[in-house]
Amino acid sequence: MANTTVHKCKECSREYPLSPMNVCDFCFGPVEVQYDYDAIQEAVTRESIQAGPHSMWRYAEFLPVDGSNPVDLNAGFTPLVKADRLGKLLGLNNLYLKNDSVNPTFSFKDRVVAVASTAARDFGFDTIACASTGNLAGSVAAHAAKAGMKGFVFIPADLEIGKVIGAAIYGPTMVAVKGNYDDVNRLCSEIADQYRWAFVNINVRPFYSEGSKTLGYEVAEQLGWRTPDHAVIPSASGSMFTKIWKGYNEFHRVGLIDKPKTKMHMAQPVGSSPIVTAYDEGTKEIRPIRPQTIAKSLAIGNPADGYYGLNVIEETGGTAHAVPDEVIIESMQILAETEGIFTETAGGVTIGVLRALAQEGTIKPDELTVAYITGNGLKTQEVVESVVNPITIEPDFSAFEEALKGL
Amino acid sequence: MANVKVRFTFKPDLIKDPLIWSLGREFEITTNIRRANVVEDQGWVVLELDGDKQEIDRGIAWIKERGVRVDAVEGDVIEG
Repeated sequence: MANTTVHKCKECSREYPLSPMNVCDFCFGPVEVQYDYDAIQEAVTRESIQAGPHSMWRYAEFLPVDGSNPVDLNAGFTPLVKADRLGKLLGLNNLYLKNDSVNPTFSFKDRVVAVASTAARDFGFDTIACASTGNLAGSVAAHAAKAGMKGFVFIPADLEIGKVIGAAIYGPTMVAVKGNYDDVNRLCSEIADQYRWAFVNINVRPFYSEGSKTLGYEVAEQLGWRTPDHAVIPSASGSMFTKIWKGYNEFHRVGLIDKPKTKMHMAQPVGSSPIVTAYDEGTKEIRPIRPQTIAKSLAIGNPADGYYGLNVIEETGGTAHAVPDEVIIESMQILAETEGIFTETAGGVTIGVLRALAQEGTIKPDELTVAYITGNGLKTQEVVESVVNPITIEPDFSAFEEALKGL
Repeated sequence: MANVKVRFTFKPDLIKDPLIWSLGREFEITTNIRRANVVEDQGWVVLELDGDKQEIDRGIAWIKERGVRVDAVEGDVIEG
């Protein structure tokens, strides 16, 4: 862990030696890994980064693990595409999409799990675990397989089989917990406390969450060493949102780019929008809710980083918006039909909010804007089944021509 | 013996009830508050519960029945 120093509590600022811990022993606030930025500045240049691997590990100096031998599925350095057709539809001339749907297990989770898995292995754990209804399960199972570590995935017992084939295929132990969402949450916290397992978003969470910074670094590098005027980012716990901002600022801190002036816009589904609700009410107090949305990958009712996400919005002059399920589905289709990108419901949330920001004039036509697409549409196909609407004909050439006339 | 770190969230109608004190009296649980806040429409308390595991489970069930939301201190951990 070359450039890290200590854990520091985000609430009371107490410091601790680096270890698998996630809450402050004094006040139970979340702890965050601290870095020696002078050492990072000595170690990196634009050229050294550009010469690095075509993956998130080109930014290894900024990550809280030893990057010389990571648990690596080649995640990251995903395409940043100019979205001319979508932009034209929305009246935006300078719109880009960060397409993380093409990661090894088809979501941005590969970034955070890669860091968590590496940390877990280096701390001597033999098991990586998580509780998940989808993307995280797949990524944890895949990284456990790659690392030759045991993988445990906890799911609600009533979860559809289709949601977890993408995790089961890698051979983890899957534990289906009879009970509701809260029961699974609490059980996993207890197990994390009792067993010497690395729960990626519990006891190694401070390492896990740092992987999201690479979404900030990559966009800055791919835009030609600058940050956008606007970033539209889907949020569940709020962690990725805060870490993208941190990534932009770390690049500035070590002299790679100018000071970021990005307006950070948070996107949530209406059925799971506790952070947006707090923003709308002008408060920093998050009221936990029970999620009810088709955007399952964003369904977190008690977001651990909600308060910090609101701070980033305030600091940057950004906004927080929520969109209903029907807009999510419509936006998934719009993205596919304009840019050829099939995103899951979380991406539909991002595009839905992007549409709202463009329509209300918050994003001006020529402003440089990046919308983050965090997962692949194959994960949530069921919500767009209605798009399948073939013309049915007899096996006859004239039948086809007749049908063609009607189009 | 077990130690569980939790966050209790109280709606306004519960804020004045001494529920944490009652929890300690009804059950063999030692409660230790680390952070708390009360605003217009909710109150929250971050604390640890120390005691026999089954007693803690019963205590948590009891306080939930009284309308208090109980979460792990690190927030929701089941992710999509």
